[in-house]
Amino acid sequence: MTMPAELEPTAGAPTGYTAKAVRKELRRQLFRSKTFIVGSLIVLFWVVCSIIPSAIATHDPSKQDPLSKWIHPFFQEGHWLGTDRFGRDVFSRAIYGAREIMIVAPAAVILGTIIGIVLGLLMGYFRGPLDDALSRLIEALMSLPLILVALLALTALSSGRGTIILLIGILFGPIIARTIRAAVLAERNLDYVRAAELRGERSTYIMFVEILPNVMGPIVVEFTVRLGYAVFTMAGLAFIGFGTQPGSPDWGRTIFEERAGLLSNAWWPCVVPALALASLVVAINLIADGIQGLIDR
Amino acid sequence: MARFVLRRLGLALITLFLLSVVVFTIAAVLPGSVGRAILGPFADQQSVDNLNRELGVDGPLVGRYIRWFTDALQGDFGNSYKFKAPVMDFVPTALWSSLKLAAMTFIIVVPLGIVGGTIAALRKGKAVDRFITVAGLSLAVTPEFVIGIVLIIVFAVKLGWLPSGGSAKGSIWDQVQVLILPAVTLTAILFGYLSRMTRAGTIEALSADYTRTAILKGLPRRTVLRRHVLRNSLVPTIAVLAVQVSYLLGGLLVTETLFNYRGLGLLIFDAAGDRDIPMLMGSVFIVGAIAMLLNFIADVLIAWLNPRVRLGNRQ
Repeated sequence: MTMPAELEPTAGAPTGYTAKAVRKELRRQLFRSKTFIVGSLIVLFWVVCSIIPSAIATHDPSKQDPLSKWIHPFFQEGHWLGTDRFGRDVFSRAIYGAREIMIVAPAAVILGTIIGIVLGLLMGYFRGPLDDALSRLIEALMSLPLILVALLALTALSSGRGTIILLIGILFGPIIARTIRAAVLAERNLDYVRAAELRGERSTYIMFVEILPNVMGPIVVEFTVRLGYAVFTMAGLAFIGFGTQPGSPDWGRTIFEERAGLLSNAWWPCVVPALALASLVVAINLIADGIQGLIDR
Repeated sequence: MARFVLRRLGLALITLFLLSVVVFTIAAVLPGSVGRAILGPFADQQSVDNLNRELGVDGPLVGRYIRWFTDALQGDFGNSYKFKAPVMDFVPTALWSSLKLAAMTFIIVVPLGIVGGTIAALRKGKAVDRFITVAGLSLAVTPEFVIGIVLIIVFAVKLGWLPSGGSAKGSIWDQVQVLILPAVTLTAILFGYLSRMTRAGTIEALSADYTRTAILKGLPRRTVLRRHVLRNSLVPTIAVLAVQVSYLLGGLLVTETLFNYRGLGLLIFDAAGDRDIPMLMGSVFIVGAIAMLLNFIADVLIAWLNPRVRLGNRQ
């Protein structure tokens, strides 16, 4: 059977709705979004900094030099962004400061997303008393300011890196679960799920093999949005002194330790990590915005 | 309406109970021994046991929980470990200071957010809209201490117009001066969410049939906006305000620390630093209860404004 000319697929357009073609088209559109590209470039920069900081930094971040304290920015005496009260190079500290947050935040959000996927699928697929009970528990958790729960737990437990990852992951899990639950609810009554049920598939198979691939969109968006929140929360925790050692170049920590300098006009040791932090959070949200815009369309 | 309120109140009470379980579990069960958590890993077992007995945390867990929760419901959160005085001697004053800061923030952010969101909606897709949306979003995701630092540098250090921190004391004018910078910091975070919700609500109301009818029957543009569009677009805004309150209460922690403002946030920060577990449990529980109460009020308000919500929930 031949098709009328105008219905025939034209060159350049997707020829069929194979998963590969759809993915390719999505990728093409994503890279057309300016916000996505700008966000990705900034995040990429900080990723590079956290993997090989020594390639970018000009000095050892913790080396003190009493002879060159409080050098003003910019580009004086070999210090691009000046030095702090111990003579440490501010630029290099900002570069090295990326690592802690770039390990902890993604690790915590990956953990949270795994918890969220499992809980969300269970709640959305089975509904009933399990869903009701978990929903109430999530509501209770969400009405508490997250940073307060984290503070409470970190005071009660120890405040190492592992604890923070576990804690943020466990606290984010139920919140992510809520979004995934809503997406699963929309899927569970569709024909393909019915068909799988009639075939007699086990519920774990239906949840993880049938439904999960179809709710990947919301999961990816939720992941990036939560990543932004994780950076935000961890910086806040570091700012109030949790999760990092004194003197560590971590941004939140440095901002907290150097904030006294603000009042004596020595703004740069505090402002440089603040801007670094702001650039990372805004960049992650630009990426989230780009992906969101794509899925909404 | 009464049925809706009762139902919602029941849910709020269940949530309050769950909240108490969460707080108790984290603070009193997870560390294994409260005395050990307070004294640190190097204290000898004898003093840990003594402290546990002194704090009343050496009995069975369920009994301890019931005692803590029933006392808490009567407003007794035990004695602060550090000050050796009831927690409730400190919380009300700190809460009052924080409420002043929250009130100041709302006075600034609510009109600003509604006006910003409405302008963005009316100029949808234009440069003004893009600017308000992107700027709002960027501010919303920037940590509050980063924004606070920039404000301190500009308005306290360089220009010298406002104090860089301190507590609200003295005449009203003095208090307002102290409150402005922390309140603007919190405003920067909340503005994005608020204007976004108002924008979405306004766009929806603008394209609704009743708005078309109002325009077509020849009402002046100003009247259409005020009576038909704004009134409807405010429903999602109220909802987002309630959700953001719980964020705001957390944001107080960091903002008050940065500005050295003696409110509930700084109280919690200090309690955490001193490992003052009773104080920490008490103040966190109270913050959670307040957040819950405000959520409840917002839900009732929305149901009152929009009959569809309360009727839909009857089934």
